[in-house]
Amino acid sequence: MLFQDIVFWILSVVAVGGALGVVLVPDLFRAALLLILVFMAVAGFFVLLSAEFLAVVQVLIYVGAIAILIIFAVMLTRDVQRGNLPNRLQIPAAVFSALLLAALVTVAVDTQWEFLPAEHQQRVELVQTSAVTTLTGEVLTEEGVTGPEEQAEVREAGLADLLISDYVLPFEAVSVLLLAALIGALVLVRPNPGTGRG
Amino acid sequence: MNCVLGPGNILHDTLLFRVIYDGVGHVLPCWLSYAVAGLAIMLILVNGVLLGAGLFSWVERRLIGRFHNRIGPNRWGPFGSLQPLADLVKLLLKEDLTPKGADRIIFAIVPVAMLAPVVLVMAVVPFAKDTALANLNVGVLYILAVTSITSIAIFMAGWASDNRYAMFGASRGVAVLISYEVPVVMSLLGVVLVAGSMSLADIVSAQTVPFLLVQPLAFFVFFAGTSAELNRTPFDLAEAESELIAGYHIEYSGVKFALIQAAEFGAVLTSSAVMVTLFLSGWSGPFSNYLGWAWFLMKIGVLAFIFSWIRATFPRLRIDQLMAFAWKFLLPLSIINLFATALEVYFLRDSAGTLDTTDLWIMAGINFGLAFACILVFGTLIREKVRPAGPATGATLSPGEAD
Repeated sequence: MLFQDIVFWILSVVAVGGALGVVLVPDLFRAALLLILVFMAVAGFFVLLSAEFLAVVQVLIYVGAIAILIIFAVMLTRDVQRGNLPNRLQIPAAVFSALLLAALVTVAVDTQWEFLPAEHQQRVELVQTSAVTTLTGEVLTEEGVTGPEEQAEVREAGLADLLISDYVLPFEAVSVLLLAALIGALVLVRPNPGTGRG
Repeated sequence: MNCVLGPGNILHDTLLFRVIYDGVGHVLPCWLSYAVAGLAIMLILVNGVLLGAGLFSWVERRLIGRFHNRIGPNRWGPFGSLQPLADLVKLLLKEDLTPKGADRIIFAIVPVAMLAPVVLVMAVVPFAKDTALANLNVGVLYILAVTSITSIAIFMAGWASDNRYAMFGASRGVAVLISYEVPVVMSLLGVVLVAGSMSLADIVSAQTVPFLLVQPLAFFVFFAGTSAELNRTPFDLAEAESELIAGYHIEYSGVKFALIQAAEFGAVLTSSAVMVTLFLSGWSGPFSNYLGWAWFLMKIGVLAFIFSWIRATFPRLRIDQLMAFAWKFLLPLSIINLFATALEVYFLRDSAGTLDTTDLWIMAGINFGLAFACILVFGTLIREKVRPAGPATGATLSPGEAD
């Protein structure tokens, strides 16, 4: 347990410090790199929660794709060498950030964090206790087989089932969001009608 | 103090870890021997990749020398085999320069950020029976995720160097990386479909017939895409010597340059290791219970030789040819392969959802025909697209003024 606590606190310091850096560092490129650091720290949290699949996907999508897009955007922005210029939107931005934070905290505190069916829940708890003792070098050899394959099966299969059954609508909504972003990008870079070959 | 890893432990299946842990566990307390075993494995991994990179740098220079009909480094040691050591000493003694306008922190992180993904990939590759350091059940995804960090390292190098050539090289490098990522991922999906798992250990044990035969098209796409991602000669626009001097690592010298070079040579070996695991049935072969590592190293050697061969043979592509090759040639091929594989798996699998050896041979037959047909058709199509109309400029010059 001690070991996990140490790792958790290291990751937390990196994540929060990195997030502050993203907002406060004037150099946009460094801010983008700090954002990558935050993403990696979050992936570390997922590993700590025995959710390797989420951790890997976090790195793959956020670090491998979204961060690259952000860096490309930074590169193509004019006057980027002068840094992140202050503007009049500070107060609205602060209000919206506060509202978003309040919403996130409310959801995190109010939610009943039980997603798995009861029989799965018991096995997952068993898996978690064995994972904890694994880290200190002792081994749990009790009731039922808890080999790595079986543990993983419970976690990833449960996630996949939920994604395409109960939560299929949010899942699809995310892809519509991506489509909207794609169309937005096309509209932005389209030559002006009348002046070019629109 | 007798520390023994029981069968319930996640690391019990990792043979190397268990051996070190049990050995150290006789004298040290359990938690300490756990840490010692972990550190020992990390040391083996990092130094193994670095040593392999050094060795491969010599082998490749010798090989390319022979391909170019010259001798190559042959002065120090038998056949010049101590040349990497001489290179290392020279680079360590050189001055470590940082340009005046550079972003010093990012500039200093880059060599580590280049090398880290190369080493991290090896953590999930099983190099003998039960010897993967971490048998992740999302191993294939892990490899893709970790290698995607390379593009950020290249970007950091280009941006932090405060050099136009470095920036050009970095933009080209990242453009190539994100374009070739698409066909590479698509070709891997075919392998995952046939194996029915993303764990590299399972993929190796599913290869009763090597997936090179079952998935020839996927292997071709993966091989071409990987050699593009490695920035090697037919695709080395990011560091084209004749245009950009050295591309994104132009400002690096001394130890940092040595690390970047080690990362580039090491990446060839780790990519070969991944390909061996995914397509050439990994460590399996005759006597693989004892000689698995030998089979693994031998297969890596064959693939690395082919990489050198390609590097010595093909001229560099133009940027539009490079992009056309990814989007108009490799991507359609990988989509066709995925579609065909999905259909074959759907019709050939038994009620339990598994494929036996006969099914794999049937798939191999169909897919080989498909691969030849597709490469012929798309090769003909793309040839007319990438050649500019009219005679090439070189042809209008008389032979005397051609250079």
